[in-house]
Amino acid sequence: MSVVEALYQCSGLLAVLILFATGVLILLLDAFSPLGRKGRLGGVAVAGTAAALFAAWQSESPGEPLFFEMVVWDRYALFVTSVILLGALLVLLLSLEGRRRDGAGTGEYYALVLFAATGMVLMAQAVHFIMIFLGLEILSISVYVLVGLPRHERRANEAALKYVLLGGFASGFFLYGLTFLYGATGSLSMTAMASYLGTGERVFNSYLLLGTALVLAGFAFKLALVPFHLWTPDVYEGAPTPITAYMAVGVKAAVLAALVRTFREALPAVVPHWTTALWILAAVTMTVGNVMALVQQSVKRMLAYSSIAHAGYLMVAVVAGTPSGVTALLVYLLAYTVMNVGAFGVMVVGQKERDGGELLQDFEGLGFRCPLVGAAMALFLFSLAGIPPTAGFLGKLLVFSAAVEAGYTWLVILAVINSVVAAYYYLRVVIAIYRRSEAAEAGPEPAIRLSGGERAALILAGLLTVGVGVLPQGFWEMARRAVLALG
Amino acid sequence: MTAVYIPALIYLAVTMGVMAVILFLSARIGRRRVTREKMLPYECGMDPLGTLEIHFPIKFYVVAMIFIIFDIETVFLYPWAVVFRDLGWFGFVEMLLFTAVILIGLVYLFRKGALEWE
Repeated sequence: MSVVEALYQCSGLLAVLILFATGVLILLLDAFSPLGRKGRLGGVAVAGTAAALFAAWQSESPGEPLFFEMVVWDRYALFVTSVILLGALLVLLLSLEGRRRDGAGTGEYYALVLFAATGMVLMAQAVHFIMIFLGLEILSISVYVLVGLPRHERRANEAALKYVLLGGFASGFFLYGLTFLYGATGSLSMTAMASYLGTGERVFNSYLLLGTALVLAGFAFKLALVPFHLWTPDVYEGAPTPITAYMAVGVKAAVLAALVRTFREALPAVVPHWTTALWILAAVTMTVGNVMALVQQSVKRMLAYSSIAHAGYLMVAVVAGTPSGVTALLVYLLAYTVMNVGAFGVMVVGQKERDGGELLQDFEGLGFRCPLVGAAMALFLFSLAGIPPTAGFLGKLLVFSAAVEAGYTWLVILAVINSVVAAYYYLRVVIAIYRRSEAAEAGPEPAIRLSGGERAALILAGLLTVGVGVLPQGFWEMARRAVLALG
Repeated sequence: MTAVYIPALIYLAVTMGVMAVILFLSARIGRRRVTREKMLPYECGMDPLGTLEIHFPIKFYVVAMIFIIFDIETVFLYPWAVVFRDLGWFGFVEMLLFTAVILIGLVYLFRKGALEWE
């Protein structure tokens, strides 16, 4: 490969390169700048993420494989990258004030968020299983450290240790599965695997079966699908709240993108034999997630279970598997990202006032103490519950109708029942927000002060939550064209 | 066909032989002096039993981690050196980039004081 050729191919990795370079720049700035200036590192991180998003939109997406058929820059990767970077941007904006207050580890925090985003975008672009694995590891290792960054907090320590141990197992499963896939097909490149498997006459091979099962288990762990979800509530609860949001949206988007690409581009011949397993995964995941969320007292833990349930809804779209199913999946990912980061964002704001700030009673009277934050939380919760005209409603509508179209009526009936159940625990928080707390009866509580970053993140997430719900045409069209890029 | 394995068999026989001779000689002429340290599971002086509340510098971990990073770098450099000619300029630039990233890591470690023992 000549230097000119290599430089040309780098244009397809522009988002990854910008994210990585910004991360390295932050590390160096952190090492060389005096303590008083570290507050500005957050601005650098936000600017770098915005620049990567801008560059992704500016560069053409021809969809030809780059760097020895390792990665590709197509419209599908563009859509997922946009969702990931949007999530990262919101998380960074929400982190600014907390980081400024804590001080220690500021440079590492921002650098790791950017490195994790690098891994996520690589997963969205990967068309080779080694590249998927590398992306997965880059994002996982960064997130392990981010979870445990508050070193003196017991909960964060416990969460980080659980995550790193179980995450290590999951990576092991994934890698072990890859060895079987390689043995069965003779390659780890998605196109080569698909052409070897052809239309399905070579599918009945025990190595292929075992490999697919192990790879699916690895993905399922990272997506927190039941029964691979046991780590999720503890890790989500123990991590710093912005990082919980990041894990719930960014990691899920990246892993789902890789999962869909795996099934559509590498193993389409295998898919018919796995539909039942995916069906069960989707059904069990949403049911267990919702039932467990019902009984939680901590809103943070409730949102952790709710994100498990949402992974179940996303899997319904994967089960459908049709182009309209994947289109629905992409739109749902966007909706899920903005509403979920929004909900966690409100929690970040609430936690500034009170230690903990995670229980239901901490949310009492929020709507009176700060009308903007209260209204935003109500909006995000309505959206998570799937009430029109929000993004969450539209996402569910698209996913469910695609699944019915593909003939999975019973799965959709189950999903609709689940959504009704879920409305109970979301609306419980909304009611708490607009109920006068006992403390407020005694005397007026202080109003909540929003920092610029928090205000920007909540407004952006709120506008998108309404925007995707009210004017879905543009987003849907973008997702539809993204799916055309897949094989 | 089997003739190919004869050198390997000879090598195996010689190794076993040398090992047997050394073990025999040391058992025969060496003096046995049994001390407590010698009978411990780890002969490095680490006490295998004791309370949990022992203090030892966390710097050991930092040094071990740094060692692993640069060790892995070497692991990648060796195979690259073997196929250096085949990879040409592309491989050279790739390796320069890789080494540059590691170097930035070293600068970061240095500035953060990870290499200072005191």
